[in-house]
Amino acid sequence: MKADRTLLILGIVLLAVVGAGPLLPQWALFLATIAIAKGLVALGLLLQLRAGLVSFGQALYYCLGAYTAGSLGRFFDIGDMLLQMLAGALVAAFIAFVLGFLLARYRGIFFGLLSLALSMILYGLLVKSQALGSTDGINILPSTLFGIRPNQESVRHVVLVAGCAVAFLATLLVNRYLDTPLGQLAAAIKDNEIRVEYMGASVREAIHAKYVIAAALSGIGGALAATTVGHIDPDMAYWTTSGEFIFITILAGTRSVIAPFLGAAIFGIIHTVAYDISPNTWQMTLGIALLMVIVFLPDGLWSLFGRRRAA
Amino acid sequence: MALVLEARGLNKRFGAVTAATNVSAAIEQNSVVGLIGTNGAGKTTFINMITGYIKPDSGSIHYQGRDITALPPREVTRIGICRSFQIPQLYSSLSVYEHMMVGLGVVLRNAGLAGFFTRGRPNVPGHGAPAAAVAERILVRFGLTDYRDRNAQVLPGGVRKLLDIALTMVAKPAILLLDEPTSGVSAEEKFGMMEMVMAAVKAEGATVLFVEHDMEVVSRFAGRVLAFYDGRIIADAAPEIALVDPEVKRYVVGGALRRMDEREGRPNA
Amino acid sequence: MEQILAVIVDGIIYSSWLFVAAIGLTLIYGVMKIVNITHGSFYALGAYAAASFTGAWLARGYPPMLSYVVLLASAVVITLAFAPLIERGILRFMYARDEVVILLITYALFLILEDVIKLIWGVDPYFIAEPYGLLGSFEFGELSYPTYNLILVGIAIVSGAGLTLLLRGTRTGKLLRTVIHDPELSRAMGINVDRYYLVTFTFGSMLAAVGGAFTAPTVSVVPGIGVEIVVLSFAVIVIGGMGSLPGAALGAVIVGLVRSAAIHYAPAVELFVIYFVMALVLVVRPRGLFSLAEPRKI
Repeated sequence: MKADRTLLILGIVLLAVVGAGPLLPQWALFLATIAIAKGLVALGLLLQLRAGLVSFGQALYYCLGAYTAGSLGRFFDIGDMLLQMLAGALVAAFIAFVLGFLLARYRGIFFGLLSLALSMILYGLLVKSQALGSTDGINILPSTLFGIRPNQESVRHVVLVAGCAVAFLATLLVNRYLDTPLGQLAAAIKDNEIRVEYMGASVREAIHAKYVIAAALSGIGGALAATTVGHIDPDMAYWTTSGEFIFITILAGTRSVIAPFLGAAIFGIIHTVAYDISPNTWQMTLGIALLMVIVFLPDGLWSLFGRRRAA
Repeated sequence: MALVLEARGLNKRFGAVTAATNVSAAIEQNSVVGLIGTNGAGKTTFINMITGYIKPDSGSIHYQGRDITALPPREVTRIGICRSFQIPQLYSSLSVYEHMMVGLGVVLRNAGLAGFFTRGRPNVPGHGAPAAAVAERILVRFGLTDYRDRNAQVLPGGVRKLLDIALTMVAKPAILLLDEPTSGVSAEEKFGMMEMVMAAVKAEGATVLFVEHDMEVVSRFAGRVLAFYDGRIIADAAPEIALVDPEVKRYVVGGALRRMDEREGRPNA
Repeated sequence: MEQILAVIVDGIIYSSWLFVAAIGLTLIYGVMKIVNITHGSFYALGAYAAASFTGAWLARGYPPMLSYVVLLASAVVITLAFAPLIERGILRFMYARDEVVILLITYALFLILEDVIKLIWGVDPYFIAEPYGLLGSFEFGELSYPTYNLILVGIAIVSGAGLTLLLRGTRTGKLLRTVIHDPELSRAMGINVDRYYLVTFTFGSMLAAVGGAFTAPTVSVVPGIGVEIVVLSFAVIVIGGMGSLPGAALGAVIVGLVRSAAIHYAPAVELFVIYFVMALVLVVRPRGLFSLAEPRKI
């Protein structure tokens, strides 16, 4: 089954990454974890993109997840990374559930613009919030796992392992969702909403569900990123952050649930390498890469691997 | 015979255009009704109102005794009324087989048989077999197996029509509303196509209303005719009576009947 | 009373700046139906070009009063250097694609241009404060404002009135409206739609550059100066209605006044309130106050 094989591949890759952990340098572990975090957000974007919706404000939930994790540490003294990720997912999902009633009625550019406005509202609130550190943000409590605080050398590895485990579980669940009738409606919704309604399904409900799931994934990603970086600030809700996520999703393509993680990894590598070679041209490199993908590989890099469908 | 669908006094205006004036009709179970009328006479509006795509300004629609006027299309489909479209409404990026599976998936979900927490391949309600088997079955019935894995985008016109109609069978409807099922199909193929469609449909025991411009097709397949003109129903009778009705001849049929008479060597009235 | 006056004057000044910054974006959307993120890049290019040329002009001892002309000229020159290249070289091949895809392409171009700017001008800040202080200040009641701000208001009025006149009064304007209404039909009628797109893109970008150029004397010109403009301009044109000129004016005035009021009465909501109004408009009247696009599905 294609689905099983996808998960198998993901499982093997994650296991390899985790296993190689002790051998990898700190910066590699850092990059890998951030790639997992951003990959989760991109996975959420993938879900919505398959239904034809592009969110210009996914950073909203990424930031919510991050600040939830940070607040748990700062105000409640909870540094457990798994709890932080779970809380991030729940807070994001709750907000998305409420906002979804509104957003599920919009399409195209307007869906994008409204989601953008909402993320910028959060940005505006955070920048002016003294309690949450304003533009400086706040530092995260050092992470613990099941009550144990890993030592300096192994903490990155532990976070990576936790991140991989959560990402794998999340992807598993998303994959399962994609197998359900609602999950399979995405392409149909994108192509012909009227027909979907006439088949007996509610397009609005389906979109609302995808919106909430995407938010939860982004919340986990934000919490994981917060733990990894050790710091959160309002820029996590800024439009350029949302732009990054969109970039990753387009780069990877929407063909497979693994693609977002691949995209995030490549993005991370380009960013690091390009920045090291020349700090003033890394954005240009990204821009050119994005342009190339849009023009020559509209289905993303993943389409280089996949079989072509009978047209 | 039992009344399965009733329209009572439907009125609808779109700005200056009156699409329906006091439209009433009582449809009996298992009947086959032809809806005729020139373009803009109100046939599609009628179908749109029944299926909930448009709300009538006044009047009501009843299905098996229940008032369904306010229901949206997805509800109307769920309770057993399905429709096909004048211009086939398909999913351009999906294959023919995938169209069937998406539709069957929705049916399963609506019946509570498929969802995040369910397992296995349940039988689709009304079809008695799992989705994959039902999909193949419907494809065979409509002669679509050759196109099984082709994307809707590249299908020839007649095949798109057939797929559009085949999709309506997925929910096992009690009533089928076919909007110009043979339009875009060549004259020689029209009869063959209607034979195939009607055979597939009648096998499920459904009531059928179809919009048609070809009077030969109407007289061959319909047991009853509703003639529309300018938003009103101007005739409601068996084909042999309705098609020779002077108003119908004048406002609806005119040229078509004249050509039919000429072909068969009858004098024009 | 004092306070209210201050709110209004501050608001109008800010609105003028917003209007000039956003009008090009709405023009391009209205004619070409594309959401153009490079808008922010041209704003930045205008600011940098203005800083360079005006800085050189003043350094050589040329008449400072003419520096205002130099500001304008810089914006024009820099736009002509980049806009036609972008439109003819990349965008025109993409018009058939989905509007979101085109938006992403302009986003990619924005990223590229951010670094092009850094490569040309480096990362250190530029200052050309002289034109700002040159005209002194004027009194408004008990408040004192740099006279320079009146220039911004002036430019806003001139560009708004000028464009409106262009669109309604001239033959070119009428033809442009045909293109807006139906590009296919226009082509069939023999109108050179491609040329109109090129001109519109260039002119729209030029307006953004002018906005940047005239802002340069009031701030330090640094990398990233165009980033906020993108999202702020969006807010303005969404509120007013995308593709509408009077809409851009109304949007600018609303955002300007609302922000000004926030700064004076409730500073904590200064940033948030602009996007709140944007979201509110999208929710209550998605088409904006005068608009073209079709936003809601159900």
